[in-house]
Amino acid sequence: MSQKQEEENPAEETGEEKQDTQEKEGILPERAEEAKLKAKYPSLGQKPGGSDFLMKRLQKGVWGIVSYPLSLEPKEVLRMKSVEQKYFDSGDYNMAKAKMKNKQLPSAGPDKNLVTGDHIPTPQDLPQRKSSLVTSKLAG
Amino acid sequence: MIPGIGTLTQDTLWCFSQVKGTIEIGTTEADIISTVEFNHTGELLATGDKGGRVVIFQREQESKNQVHRRGEYNVYSTFQSHEPEFDYLKSLEIEEKINKIRWLPQQNAAYFLLSTNDKTVKLWKVSERDKRPEGYNLKDEEGRLRDPATITTLRVPVLRPMDLMVEATPRRVFANAHTYHINSISVNSDYETYMSADDLRINLWNFEITNQSFNIVDIKPANMEELTEVITAAEFHPHHCNTFVYSSSKGTIRLCDMRASALCDRHTKFFEEPEDPSNRSFFSEIISSISDVKFSHSGRYIMTRDYLTVKVWDLNMENRPIETYQVHDYLRSKLCSLYENDCIFDKFECVWNGSDSVIMTGSYNNFFRMFDRNTKRDVTLEASRENSKPRAILKPRKVCVGGKRRKDEISVDSLDFSKKILHTAWHPSENIIAVAATNNLYIFQDKVN
Repeated sequence: MSQKQEEENPAEETGEEKQDTQEKEGILPERAEEAKLKAKYPSLGQKPGGSDFLMKRLQKGVWGIVSYPLSLEPKEVLRMKSVEQKYFDSGDYNMAKAKMKNKQLPSAGPDKNLVTGDHIPTPQDLPQRKSSLVTSKLAG
Repeated sequence: MIPGIGTLTQDTLWCFSQVKGTIEIGTTEADIISTVEFNHTGELLATGDKGGRVVIFQREQESKNQVHRRGEYNVYSTFQSHEPEFDYLKSLEIEEKINKIRWLPQQNAAYFLLSTNDKTVKLWKVSERDKRPEGYNLKDEEGRLRDPATITTLRVPVLRPMDLMVEATPRRVFANAHTYHINSISVNSDYETYMSADDLRINLWNFEITNQSFNIVDIKPANMEELTEVITAAEFHPHHCNTFVYSSSKGTIRLCDMRASALCDRHTKFFEEPEDPSNRSFFSEIISSISDVKFSHSGRYIMTRDYLTVKVWDLNMENRPIETYQVHDYLRSKLCSLYENDCIFDKFECVWNGSDSVIMTGSYNNFFRMFDRNTKRDVTLEASRENSKPRAILKPRKVCVGGKRRKDEISVDSLDFSKKILHTAWHPSENIIAVAATNNLYIFQDKVN
């Protein structure tokens, strides 16, 4: 894990900015990046490896990948990164999925031509839940 | 150049061989390849994707007509291994994405593999059928039942050849043993057992028994507030059936011996490189998290991949790795944005070549890197459609860090971080590699003279 400082410094030295880099010589690129991050998100916790962080990861199993509401402030987004949204039940889950899809569509009035209940759906009529039920393109 | 001898000298030239998948703008998520694995002979190459599907390619027999072309891989079988599920108890979706595929060594005419998603491991049997029985007494040739009253003579059905059919059937389903998400499976060298590892626990299974498994590692603390690390990968030793290793999110590796106790919470060996405290930063622990651990074929070394490096450890030396290779150190000055776009959490895998002399791992911009352990030479290659003419030699790529960019170099800021190569595989005895680039599978071979 320990990296030699000599390896990192040549990367920083460019032809034009020798003045600046002479100041930065003592600072690791990681620290500079850390400072950048803290500047953007001042409420960021000190240690990212704490139990809160890990516990949220366990719920999803993947570091920090989720969908999050677009209206949140950037700093709130960062904290919520590892959280997978829990649903109350499958109905709640389906409603949330439906809402996500409709977000992109412009809101229009209810479709007056839409008829419901004109026939009983059969398994063949239903749209396939996942496109993966189709054969993989690698096999094409 | 003798194929199968793995050394990365200046004489080794890698050539494009094949690419599978389509060119699409806006990839369907289900098509993203999530695992690639050769079987023990290299005859078969399996891929798993996010849509829960497995595609198996088979190497065609080398024909006498085309001496200069080594066997190509063609589709042999494809099946839906896992389907999306919903855990009603926890109100959580269970992804069908195939996390890992591991082959069993071949013991009869059929092929067996294990495939796993986050929660369930399945044993699949892939077998060929090239004969079928004809001449039934009670059925006619189309399969319609015959009226018994019309049958006046008896005949003995005979086996006749038919077009080759490859069938995949699920033979075992190992379910409900993991509370957390399975990240690794590993077949034991005894060929009777295998292990599955999730974030906090590792279970040992017998292939014949699906309703029970032994828990052999449990790092879940009594109080979850005390949780400091998770298991990131695990593997059995290639020869010693009692030995396995598992890696952690803190950059450490533990080697355990199942003879020591039933529950291997106490490790036999603990591999950790001491960190210089003055180098510590907010990112230190995240980039030290090990994303993959692999035993060498010899069983003497282990290789680990963390975000920026690949390390080789000697099992006999726990206090530091014997070799450290920089994969893309130039990313050190990009850690802030890589944290923001989640790329810092990408899990890259690493592989050994057949003779343990060269190691390979992926990077961004569809680059992948190879390191020769003997000559200490390394090369960066790219998997792209632009270099996809048959037998086209891959040109080494170079990333320029600052200052003047030479003509063929690419600058760090121009790298495409959405094109990441997380999964690669190396043929067990030849210089043939499979590289998964999002939804495309590239196969490269070394140049045959």
